[in-house]
Amino acid sequence: MNPFVLGAVVVLGLAVAVLAVVLVVRDVAVRHSDLLFGLIALLELALLVQLVSGSVALAGTERDVEGVTFVAYLVTNLLALPIGAFWALADKTRVGGAVVLVTVLTVLALQLRLVSIWAGA
Amino acid sequence: MRDPALSSGAGRVLVAGYAVFAVAATGRSVLQLATEPGRAPLAYSLSLLAAVLYVLATTCLVVGGARAWRVAVVACSVEAAGVVAVGALSLVATDLFPDRTVWSHFGQGYGFLPLVLPFVGLWWLRRTRPGAHPGR
Repeated sequence: MNPFVLGAVVVLGLAVAVLAVVLVVRDVAVRHSDLLFGLIALLELALLVQLVSGSVALAGTERDVEGVTFVAYLVTNLLALPIGAFWALADKTRVGGAVVLVTVLTVLALQLRLVSIWAGA
Repeated sequence: MRDPALSSGAGRVLVAGYAVFAVAATGRSVLQLATEPGRAPLAYSLSLLAAVLYVLATTCLVVGGARAWRVAVVACSVEAAGVVAVGALSLVATDLFPDRTVWSHFGQGYGFLPLVLPFVGLWWLRRTRPGAHPGR
């Protein structure tokens, strides 16, 4: 797995998480934060790159990696964020920030699993 | 009548949490049953049951209304009993569980969220009991 893509996903994920917490604390609806959706868009782009580069790496590796699980995680990763973002966007209160937080923590948890699956654990 | 209260406010976060576990448990059980169904039939059946309950609870919270509320209470109650029973059993009778389920060791592999989720769900359902808000 490409460490730079992984790093970008983790850094952007943490940035989204921090901003989501700030929005909840300040009682701001997510729809008022262009910065949040900019970061979410960048994160989604990084996840798309990860799906492609991860699949290519999987096809090229000689090691015993659980391929189906690995790709399933990559795809889930990519789908979770937009679904969560839309679910958050529909809300007009601070709750949307909490939804974004749950979503992005899920993505980060999936990253941990991806790393361990790639390592063959 | 459609009652949006079930999936608004804290309910909206709860739906997100339940949706995550619906996908996680469904994915896990499908993969386990598809690859090695004979390895741990009990654990895999329980994974499947967990998946069904998570999907059911998520759906009910989104749909809303009195009937969905009742189904959600049953789903969360079974889920709470399941995670406690399986959590305890997986520690005591390790030979019954050659492979893990979502509920093994009280959901330790998932940050103990499977243990927390049904109780948060029941708390939320208690707060949104049909008739609890006069005039709605």
